[in-house]
Amino acid sequence: MFECLKREGVEVIFGFPGGSVLDLYHEMTNHDIRHILVRHEQGAAHMADGYARATGRVGVCLVTSGPGATNTVTGVATAYADSVPMVIITGQVPTAMIGDDAFQEVDIIGITRPCTKHSYLVRDVNDLARVIKEAFYLARTGRPGPVLVDLPKDVQQAQADFRYPRRIDLPGYHPTVEAHMGQIKRAYQFIKKARHPVLYIGGGVVHSGAYDELVRFAEMTRIPVTGTLMGLGSFPATVTDAAGRKEPHPLWLGMLGMHGTFRANMAVSHSDLLIAVGARFDDRVTGKISGFAPKAKIVHIDIDPTSISKNVEVDIPIVGDCKNALEKLIQMVEAEPIEGLDELRAPWAGQIHEWRETYPLAYTQDSDVIKPQFVVDTIYRVSNGDAVITTEVGQNQMWTAQYYLFDRPRRLLTSGGLGTMGYGLPAAIGAQVGMPDRLVVDIAGDGSIQMNIQEVITAVCNCLPVKVAILNNRYLGMVRQWQELFYQKNYCGTCLDASPDFVKLAEAYGAVGLRATKPEEVEPVLREAFSINKPVLMDFVVSPEEGVYPMVPAGKSISEMLLV
Amino acid sequence: MENNKQRYTIGILVQNRPGVLARVVGLLSGRGFNIENITAAETNEPGITRITLVTSGDRRVLSQIVKQINKLVDTLKVFDFSETEFVDREMALIKVRAEEGTRAEVLRIVDIFRAKVVDVSPHFYTLEVTGNDSKIAAVMELLGQIGIVEIARTGKAALARSKKH
Ligand SMILES: Cc1ncc(C[n+]2csc(CCOP(=O)(O)OP(=O)(O)O)c2C)c(N)n1
Ligand SMILES: [Mg+2]
Repeated sequence: MFECLKREGVEVIFGFPGGSVLDLYHEMTNHDIRHILVRHEQGAAHMADGYARATGRVGVCLVTSGPGATNTVTGVATAYADSVPMVIITGQVPTAMIGDDAFQEVDIIGITRPCTKHSYLVRDVNDLARVIKEAFYLARTGRPGPVLVDLPKDVQQAQADFRYPRRIDLPGYHPTVEAHMGQIKRAYQFIKKARHPVLYIGGGVVHSGAYDELVRFAEMTRIPVTGTLMGLGSFPATVTDAAGRKEPHPLWLGMLGMHGTFRANMAVSHSDLLIAVGARFDDRVTGKISGFAPKAKIVHIDIDPTSISKNVEVDIPIVGDCKNALEKLIQMVEAEPIEGLDELRAPWAGQIHEWRETYPLAYTQDSDVIKPQFVVDTIYRVSNGDAVITTEVGQNQMWTAQYYLFDRPRRLLTSGGLGTMGYGLPAAIGAQVGMPDRLVVDIAGDGSIQMNIQEVITAVCNCLPVKVAILNNRYLGMVRQWQELFYQKNYCGTCLDASPDFVKLAEAYGAVGLRATKPEEVEPVLREAFSINKPVLMDFVVSPEEGVYPMVPAGKSISEMLLV
Repeated sequence: MENNKQRYTIGILVQNRPGVLARVVGLLSGRGFNIENITAAETNEPGITRITLVTSGDRRVLSQIVKQINKLVDTLKVFDFSETEFVDREMALIKVRAEEGTRAEVLRIVDIFRAKVVDVSPHFYTLEVTGNDSKIAAVMELLGQIGIVEIARTGKAALARSKKH
């Protein structure tokens, strides 16, 4: 087993032991592999996920059968929803007892079937090497995703000669990498003619490592770019001028969709050509389908054919790896440059500039109560825009997406597809394991942070100096915002006036706790936290009823934004 | 939605690995599609199984499901027979009341539909009928008037015409 993991380049396992994996734990001491002992198996899954998203490598977690396995399910579903490469190894009761309702037996393969890319029950130790090789291969290729390997105890105990297969033999699995040249040519005919084109990019750009190609293509064709939550960082939000000052990138529109920027949603709504790259037309992005890019021809580049024409009918589908497709498009532009690009783009650029000026993202830090946006903004400034940021879910997540400007991929780790509260802290720990020298900050809500707070001790024990900035608004804020807008301010079940003292809690865990209650304390607290080489929990007591705007109410077109 | 509903026959070639049928079925049941019938058996190539299933539902959702079935790691090929001409057959074993006064009628039906009597007992005949949906439906209707005791159907097997799939 460990030989196989070594062949796959695994350096760390996030895990939690139990009866059905005792043999693996016993053997682990003979191998040079790092083990991070978590405090809850959900934490192990999110850590493996955070590690994978930050580094691009496959994250690995190891848990026991029954409750150990079921505790990972939310983490597995989170990774599946965001296409994160992960291998989950679960112990299982001995083969002879499977199906007998044995102690700590669950059919974890059955439970996770809809939220894994694939899964294996290993019944014969002679299959183990092949299965592990296939599992890693499936997890990281094509549209990546979690793969689960269920290992009965007797198989762990059995002996076999180690032979690691050289080749993969999966006749039913052939992800299309090469984009079809005919489709690329057709797409380029549209691109040449378009007057109001927009690139709409998603997490697929991150997975395929297509950052350079995307920037090149957008700059060559001067097509403005908007991104989904998962796409943030795949296109630089800022450029640094000669004097070292950061300016907004002229082509960057910000995020689109429910909490997207005014200019991004307006640009998409008025576009005549929408080029989707590694994005999947999620309902949080499109709003009402009939109102989404109603005038546009749509080109859709995606490695997963099931994403294409799923929610929105596409004019030119291009199945393939984003990087490959963009490389080919760049070749097209080089071979046949767009004539009169300056004049062609000037009116569109002018219009976008006007939208940017009309409703920029903004808040005012006027009173002596801290605005949550101000905290995110200050984290951005103090960290030089260069930290790895994780988030929880809710307002904290959306303010991060709006006010922290990402210039590089793999810098924002957030649960987009599933929206899992409790993701941010363990993901930050996983990311810190993979990037020991980088500042890693979890921007958290006071609700979400309590969902996996037990992992603070994991960070402390393993000397992982993650920082947690809690935007403490004493509410399940995002839900409260919906109640405010659509449920007559009936704040049922969303008030969190009884939370623990996060500073004392941090101290109880052996971490550092800091608090800011006034705007002028925000920056000093952050500077102090970032200078401490230990995990730090920061409690930012922010204004309780701040909302995230703009907002497209569910079921409305994305041009119908509430701008308050 | 109702008027978009249609009946579909889908053929799937898969590697015969544990759980493969559950994965296919899960993609349908997860979206509330009812499977009307399903057959699965090994083909002439060892390790490769052909699944044939019949379901009905919305065309758009179904084409999404077909894509998803295609994406399964163990799936080798999927054919949506609504896009091609195909032949299909099903076999039914029908136990029917065959008393003094009805025996002749049962045998006549057997003859007309080229069915076979495969078991005889003092009060019942068990018949084997092979055909497409409408033939089996017709036999069932006629025998129903005499008295069907029990029935077991295999579900449909289907192959596209001409071209090898
Ligand atoms: C596990 C889980 N349960 C429930 C929800 C629904 N939900 C979405 S946002 C939110 C509020 C989160 O509150 P908090 O962490 O304080 O963040 P805030 O919105 O206040 O920034 C809730 C309950 C969820 N996303 N995940
Ligand atoms: Mg809150």
